[in-house]
Amino acid sequence: MVPVCPTDALPPGEAIRVTADVPAPVAVFNVDGEFYAIDDTCTHQDASLADGWLEGCAVECPLHASCFDLRTGMPSGPPAKTPVRTHAVTVVDGVVHLQVGVAAEGAA
Amino acid sequence: MTATVAVVGASLAGLSAARALRAQSYDGRVVVIGDEAHAPYDRPPLSKEFLAGTYTWEDLALGTAADEALDLDWRLGTAAVGLDRGSRAVRLADGSEVRADGVVLATGARARRLPGTEGLAGVHVLRSLDDAVALRADLLAGGHLVVIGAGFIGAEVASTARGLGLDVTVVETQPVPLAGPLGARMGAVCAELHADHGTRLLCGTGVARLVGTGRVEAVELADGRRLPADVVVVGIGAVPNVEWLADSGVTLQGGVLTDARCATDVPGVVAVGDCASSWSPDAGRAVRVEHWTHALEQPTTAVATLLGTDTGTRPAVPYFWSEQYGHRIQFAGTRGDGDDVRVVEGSCADRSFLAVYERDGRPVAVLGVDQPRLFTRWRRQLRSAEPALP
Repeated sequence: MVPVCPTDALPPGEAIRVTADVPAPVAVFNVDGEFYAIDDTCTHQDASLADGWLEGCAVECPLHASCFDLRTGMPSGPPAKTPVRTHAVTVVDGVVHLQVGVAAEGAA
Repeated sequence: MTATVAVVGASLAGLSAARALRAQSYDGRVVVIGDEAHAPYDRPPLSKEFLAGTYTWEDLALGTAADEALDLDWRLGTAAVGLDRGSRAVRLADGSEVRADGVVLATGARARRLPGTEGLAGVHVLRSLDDAVALRADLLAGGHLVVIGAGFIGAEVASTARGLGLDVTVVETQPVPLAGPLGARMGAVCAELHADHGTRLLCGTGVARLVGTGRVEAVELADGRRLPADVVVVGIGAVPNVEWLADSGVTLQGGVLTDARCATDVPGVVAVGDCASSWSPDAGRAVRVEHWTHALEQPTTAVATLLGTDTGTRPAVPYFWSEQYGHRIQFAGTRGDGDDVRVVEGSCADRSFLAVYERDGRPVAVLGVDQPRLFTRWRRQLRSAEPALP
């Protein structure tokens, strides 16, 4: 497991980009107290989804407005056609941890 | 008889309309008519990744596996040539016709050409996949490229061609490029990207003629200068594909005239995307918008109008982007010439900044260069300030 940050460093509505100790950048989101993690790079073009706009359980890519469901990684419409991978997130002793390569529950 | 909706145009707006019909529970027959033989594809990469050779045809495809469930009746490679307003029959170039209960006009626009350049090899426009394939083949031979017009297409082609190693000159009639979409001050800032990357930009000069027999050899400017050219790209805007509607009774006014909900003055006929000139409450007049996101989003409203459903959609804030020389340029909102422009983050000199356009102290538009995170927040803020459609 990769430690990300203390839970209070990632308030609701915010995202953080993780690049250390992961094979490819991962974006971790706080949606009303629930944490979600997906691949940070949009499957359409090279853009950081952690820079995107969070609305409910979806993030909108900051460049071309592809929306991805944080729970499943699925895109909701063009231009993206391919899902992003999801990663399991756990909170241990107040610290957000990432299980890279372990798909989140309910993911496609 | 089963009900039918004919979608005329098979690019982003047409495909989005077909998807919107099914998303809004229309279960009749949906016929999608397109003049190009290709399945729907994405055009923005044609001047960038596809032209550079980093994208393949598969990367451009807009369709996905999920579209098969839409059960669409495709008529590709056949242009629509007429519409009968009484029977709502769409006549096709092959002599057949599609009778429909509802029609979505989504025929887009085509690149404006320079008169008198027909048949001269080496002279290109860029709008379609076939255009891009032909231009790429010519660019790979190297040499001198002259781009006529320093708008977004011209600037993106110049950027890609520099990346391919060509010597590039951009010629612009106006004193400042992009003054229309970005305003003179920010247009000048973005135009500096050309010089940063070794592209010559000549402003305030028109083109007198293209020189060459059989194949272009040079571009002669209005001031007498002669620029050697192995390849010429003409990027001087687009014209809506609406001539086929001349006898249809649909009102044409710089595009198919529609109200804010995409309805034309012919019952059962709506228009979307680049071919539509739609009433804009913001502008107080009908405007034809050529943005990608507009073609993606507007069909939801048009289909709701056609089906008599109410989606309660908010009008989207106009948004477009460009990518030049590795920089990401994003713009959202509706700008006017009297607006104050304020750089609120970064600096123009660093080629990384966010500029806000203000009118009466209220933000009306935002421009970002390499500021996607901040830009997205501003774009969202502009969107939430929009009133819902009446």
